[in-house]
Amino acid sequence: MMKYLKNVVTLQYEKTKCKGCKKCLDVCPSRVFGFIDKKAYIIDRNLCIECGACEKNCPHGALKVDSGVGCAAAQIYSLITGKEPTCGCDGEESSGCC
Amino acid sequence: MADCGCSSGTCCEEWVVGSVISPIGEIPKITGEWSKSDKMGQLKARILNSFRSDYKVEPGLYACGNPDNLSDVFVSANYKLSFDILRKEIGERDAWIVVLDTKGINVWCAAGKGTFGTDELISKIKELSLDRIVDSKKVIIPQLGAAGVSGHIVEKETGFKVIYGPVMAKDITTYIENGYKADEEMRSVPFSFKDRLVLIPMEVSLISEKVWLFIVGILIFFGLMPQGILFKEAFFEGGVFIVFGLLSVFSGAVLTPALLPFIPFRSFAIKGWLLGELCVVICLISIQSSLLDNYFIFLAICLFFPVVSSYLAFNFTGCSTYTSVSGVKKEMKLAIPLYIIASSLAGLCLILYKIQVWRSLL
Ligand code: SF4
Ligand code: SF4
Repeated sequence: MMKYLKNVVTLQYEKTKCKGCKKCLDVCPSRVFGFIDKKAYIIDRNLCIECGACEKNCPHGALKVDSGVGCAAAQIYSLITGKEPTCGCDGEESSGCC
Repeated sequence: MADCGCSSGTCCEEWVVGSVISPIGEIPKITGEWSKSDKMGQLKARILNSFRSDYKVEPGLYACGNPDNLSDVFVSANYKLSFDILRKEIGERDAWIVVLDTKGINVWCAAGKGTFGTDELISKIKELSLDRIVDSKKVIIPQLGAAGVSGHIVEKETGFKVIYGPVMAKDITTYIENGYKADEEMRSVPFSFKDRLVLIPMEVSLISEKVWLFIVGILIFFGLMPQGILFKEAFFEGGVFIVFGLLSVFSGAVLTPALLPFIPFRSFAIKGWLLGELCVVICLISIQSSLLDNYFIFLAICLFFPVVSSYLAFNFTGCSTYTSVSGVKKEMKLAIPLYIIASSLAGLCLILYKIQVWRSLL
């Protein structure tokens, strides 16, 4: 698996809150989580793409991440216009990241 | 769309082959077969931005095969290509498809925006009285939709359990055969050479407009002489620049994405810059033109074109499947000022070159 920049990811995991439901293992598209001793653990945080799926689906609030659009076109658009980053998937702006 | 009395207004689409009776009324029955226009649509959606942004299906409920109260419920976005891929994979299996209103955007992007989201799913389940249609009380959503949907909240609000299907619809059959379990591979996002190639035509089509502007701008710049606009200068000198321009587009939007894992460094901007510089150097060596002997021109080329390649490569972060916002922001902080400095210096060089030329003529 290809990796992006090191040590920039905002993912945070509070082990004490984890109840071991394994939801995060299901939803993570980058396979960041493993499971050991009835609890989730982070295999490699640098793999995280900050999609936010784990935070949204952890029923016990053990995971936090500043999620957002990991797309330069969207971030540059936001920088220039001061608006929310949008990647133009809706055709309004044609930066076309997706 | 002809008015044929069905509630969804979609029964006249080619892929609607009839209807099935359900406790909430007639539901359009669809086929998994792709017609010629479905295939054309897929192609066009991959290449044409304008086409893709308006390629939708009506949100609502659809029936595959002859589903009943025990059949699976799959959830899809209303981007037609997402929907098409799902119905193709479901094939003749008996199942329901709930199409959310994602404004014609694919699952992954819509989940990021929140239109493929908790609220939309809850409201569709309620609106369609899904509890009267199936007893199983579960819906299968694509795993990539998880970034928008809080499974436990949907369950709390509707009683429907959200389970996550594989990332790719093509794995649905195996997923079902495995007893609704996805293995590691089905759970991760692939990003192979082929996946990247598929995205390239779109990248190129998106920038082609800007390329035309660049070409016109360059022709005018080089053609502009004290006597007016001269074609000879425009074409011979401008032509050299245009070759470099196209080369940098090729390097940033085609070569870098295709060769991504083989180019050193993790930063997309650096990858693009490296390849851009390499292409420029190769071109500088192989093009014979007296124009290139001019210091200002030489500098402008070395400064500007690798930056174009870098910028286009950086933009590919949106298409890649492994970049994070924090990473992109970090790259931006460094790259954007450098882009601006390099382009301004290149612009300055061109102006100095022009002054030099005009002076020698006047
Ligand atoms: S934010 Fe996304 S990629 Fe990162 S750990 Fe959570 S689910 Fe995985
Ligand atoms: S989703 Fe939350 S509670 Fe469940 S295993 Fe992951 S971290 Fe633990």
